[in-house]
Amino acid sequence: MMSQFFHHLILGIQSGGIYALVALGYTMVYGIIRLINFAHGDFVMIGAYISIAVIPFLSATGVPLWFCLLISLPLCAFLGAVVERLAYKPLRRSPKLSALITAIAVSILLKNLAALFFGSAPLPFPNTLDLPPINLAGISVSAVTWVTVTVSVAVMAALEIFIRKSRTGLAMRAVSENPDAAVLMGINSDRTIRSTFVIGAALASIASFFYCSSYALAEPYMGTMLGLKAFIAAVLGGTGSITGAMLGGILIGIVESFTKAYISSQLSDAVVFVILILVLLIKPSGIMGKMQREKV
Amino acid sequence: MSKSKLTALVLSSAMLFSGCAVKGEETIYIGALAPMTGVSSAYGSACASGIRLAVNEINENGGILGKQLVVDIQDEKGGIEESINAYNKLVGNGADIIIGDVMSKPCLAITELAIEDGTLVITPAATAEGITENGGNIFRVCFTDDIQGKIMARYTADDLDAEKVAVMYNISDDYSEGIFSSFCAELEKLGIIPDSIFGYGNDDKDFRVQLSKIIAKSPDVIFVPDYYPNAALIVSQARELGYSGKILGADGWDGILSAVSEKNMDILDDCRYSAHYSPDDENPVVAHFVKRYEKEYGKTPTSLAALGYDTVYIIKAAIEKANSTDKNKVAEAMHEIEAICVTGNISFDENGNPIKEVSVISLSGGEPSLDTKKESL
Repeated sequence: MMSQFFHHLILGIQSGGIYALVALGYTMVYGIIRLINFAHGDFVMIGAYISIAVIPFLSATGVPLWFCLLISLPLCAFLGAVVERLAYKPLRRSPKLSALITAIAVSILLKNLAALFFGSAPLPFPNTLDLPPINLAGISVSAVTWVTVTVSVAVMAALEIFIRKSRTGLAMRAVSENPDAAVLMGINSDRTIRSTFVIGAALASIASFFYCSSYALAEPYMGTMLGLKAFIAAVLGGTGSITGAMLGGILIGIVESFTKAYISSQLSDAVVFVILILVLLIKPSGIMGKMQREKV
Repeated sequence: MSKSKLTALVLSSAMLFSGCAVKGEETIYIGALAPMTGVSSAYGSACASGIRLAVNEINENGGILGKQLVVDIQDEKGGIEESINAYNKLVGNGADIIIGDVMSKPCLAITELAIEDGTLVITPAATAEGITENGGNIFRVCFTDDIQGKIMARYTADDLDAEKVAVMYNISDDYSEGIFSSFCAELEKLGIIPDSIFGYGNDDKDFRVQLSKIIAKSPDVIFVPDYYPNAALIVSQARELGYSGKILGADGWDGILSAVSEKNMDILDDCRYSAHYSPDDENPVVAHFVKRYEKEYGKTPTSLAALGYDTVYIIKAAIEKANSTDKNKVAEAMHEIEAICVTGNISFDENGNPIKEVSVISLSGGEPSLDTKKESL
């Protein structure tokens, strides 16, 4: 009984780790330009398709298949920069709503491009992690699970250090605090915003790798539900807060897993969305978020 | 020439040509509805390929009652409105017999019209309940979801001698839920109550929690009546969690090989699913069809292609039996024929549903093969 409970917890942390990686992208972009980038879930989808496209070449040359991540990561990061430059930068001074609608348009565009190039039928994602399962307190934990948990925690720790210690991280915090003052301090705010998108999209490509290793199918619409749940994770953790996004993601994963295990397997989505409503009603700033009044 | 003029010219000439196939004295004009574009286009185009192959064969061999057969296939894009428009267009062009629709929901919509105007409607592949019961002029060639569920229950109990059965089904899908309920009802009649039953939603991708609870009870069989993308995820996660037993499915599994990467094909070993036919069946009718289809289109025909092909031959048999192309006489004759078809020897019950065998396909090393054929109930 106890070991079952423990197993469900680990499975929850696994999907939670993926939600957290995606939620980071939402929260970083929101933190810096107050934009909910609805196309972020689709960066994950593009990452998956890039991996699927390069894997045949990798397997022909005999390179380990997880090297696909080394190709999809820079390409996704580049896509993040391109989308920012073409779709969001021209709207920097426009009302927030224009940028939000553009984000939805970018999302639809990316989905349809993927459907055009790869077809709408789901494509299989090969098994890229050829590692043995490990034994943890009497339960066998599959390779996908333990690698996902370890790597996502490591990536999040690295990101936290980057934001706290590096100059770019400092610039990001400054722009997010007060963009105008940051510019006066000599920070290139355009470049800082672009690097936020680049990091967010790179994290999305890491998420896509684990998502596809876990659920071995890629389809043009895979980013929608994943993006929504990651968005809820970001709201739960406190939009704009990096630690919050990690916590929120892992919490959502665990809640889903326990709902399936102990309440009803059919209700897990409903419970997650009820959490969104409750957070918005009771503590709109989320777990880690600061309460900010809109200044007039 | 200006751009808009050019567009107008192209559009009008397209209309001219699409209007060409009208009823003539020496031809038999039949309409067909299939989604050739959109999300269901894989089903629609396979079905249309089967229909065209059958029409060509029949015309090469002298047609029906000495007349050449013309089938006008309309793309309904998987939509209900488009289906109704296309249906009205075909009937307006003089079609008394309509093949279609391929999908259940648009099919239900057009049967409502057909009951009014008496057009003979024969659907190749709409498996949902309540389509043919609407009127004496509605028939279908595929078996129903209800029959599949029952057959798989019998297969589980009789052929596999399973005692401990688990079921996972998609609560947000009529197809999955329909097969699930008839499976459980039939299984109960055979004295087996499933140990664990789990439902999941359409957008779920993670089934590990449910599967770990199922596997803890070490079932002989897990039954997963859903379409192949979800089925592929469930099978791979069950194998990842260490379940090596049998996993069963229904005809929605057709295509599951395309959703599993070649390196992992062994996860599908010990999987079985009900199907309309099996391409490796040694029956000469099947062998002939598969050979012709592969020669024509360069790929192995799916169940949808076989059903489309059969539908045309059933119409031929009924017209010849009636010795007339009058829709009422042909509809009457439908109840009297027994057609030897790719998807089994088909006759029709009083509701217009087929009485025929159900094939069970087993997968091994990524190769499907015919496991057994179960008599219809």
